[in-house]
Amino acid sequence: MDPIAAKFIGAGIACIGMGGAGAGVGTIFGHYLAAALRNPSAAQSQFGNLIFGFAVTEALGIFSLLIALLLLFAL
Amino acid sequence: MTDPIHQFNIIKLATLGEVAGYEIAFTNSALYMVITVAAITTLLVGATSRRALVPGRLQSVAEISYEFVANMLRSTAGTEGMKFFSLVFSLFLFILFANVIGLIPFTFTVTSHIVITASLASLVFCTVLVYGFRKHGLRFFKLFVPSGIPLYILPLVVFIEMMSFVSRPISHSVRLFANMLAGHITLEVFAGFIPMLGGFGVLGWLGATIPLALVVALTALEVLVAFLQAYVFAILTCIYLNDAINPGH
Repeated sequence: MDPIAAKFIGAGIACIGMGGAGAGVGTIFGHYLAAALRNPSAAQSQFGNLIFGFAVTEALGIFSLLIALLLLFAL
Repeated sequence: MTDPIHQFNIIKLATLGEVAGYEIAFTNSALYMVITVAAITTLLVGATSRRALVPGRLQSVAEISYEFVANMLRSTAGTEGMKFFSLVFSLFLFILFANVIGLIPFTFTVTSHIVITASLASLVFCTVLVYGFRKHGLRFFKLFVPSGIPLYILPLVVFIEMMSFVSRPISHSVRLFANMLAGHITLEVFAGFIPMLGGFGVLGWLGATIPLALVVALTALEVLVAFLQAYVFAILTCIYLNDAINPGH
């Protein structure tokens, strides 16, 4: 296979990993919303935890994006 | 269709000199960093020059942003974390202003370059390391050994904790960079559809209203992302600083 074509295909495959991060971020915000509707008075105090969980989950998706960007522009 | 990467080009505005074979130049990136810092300084100095007991509009903006960051730092890193307030407040305002100024059409987004975000993230990382080792000495390594873990699983947990600690500056910097880069490319691509469809005559003009509306909606989303990413960067800084202040879990 042409190595450049293989590079582009690899970058595309690496981006699939971001789907997992999407599912994870959706779960976090969905559960936060569900819990916030049950107990709205406690919701504000957990906002920091929400953003922290969001950031940690998103980091894993960002690693796969990083691999894609490295394949496209650095290697 | 225009190249969506073109907006991230670094343009040399003036050459300042040469150090060890590398050219030191004043670029558009440096110019926008200066603009960002000038905007923040103008806001804060202007807001606090005429102090009043009942704050005016400008003074409330400064007070709200102070309270916002102070509450964030106090709730995550405790009162001892307040000695890092100036660091967190500067980082938050710099990233927020750089992101928002970058959203104005035909401007340059400072934070869409990994070299800027990696510098900011390594600043935070080094602060955590230096402060942690200076305050706790070798007990800082307790950060990697959570209490209450059975002995047979401890090596694995320590390994995972170390990996997650080392990957922090990478995820910290790439998150901001990737969000800004992807957002601006998306805006550019959708904006590129407008003249493309507009070239097809009257029916094309009708079709071009759809990407135009999308660009407006996406810009609103990007304003949200600009704020959220500045907030995420600042709160992660607070959480990492908390590890340096209280390494035991």
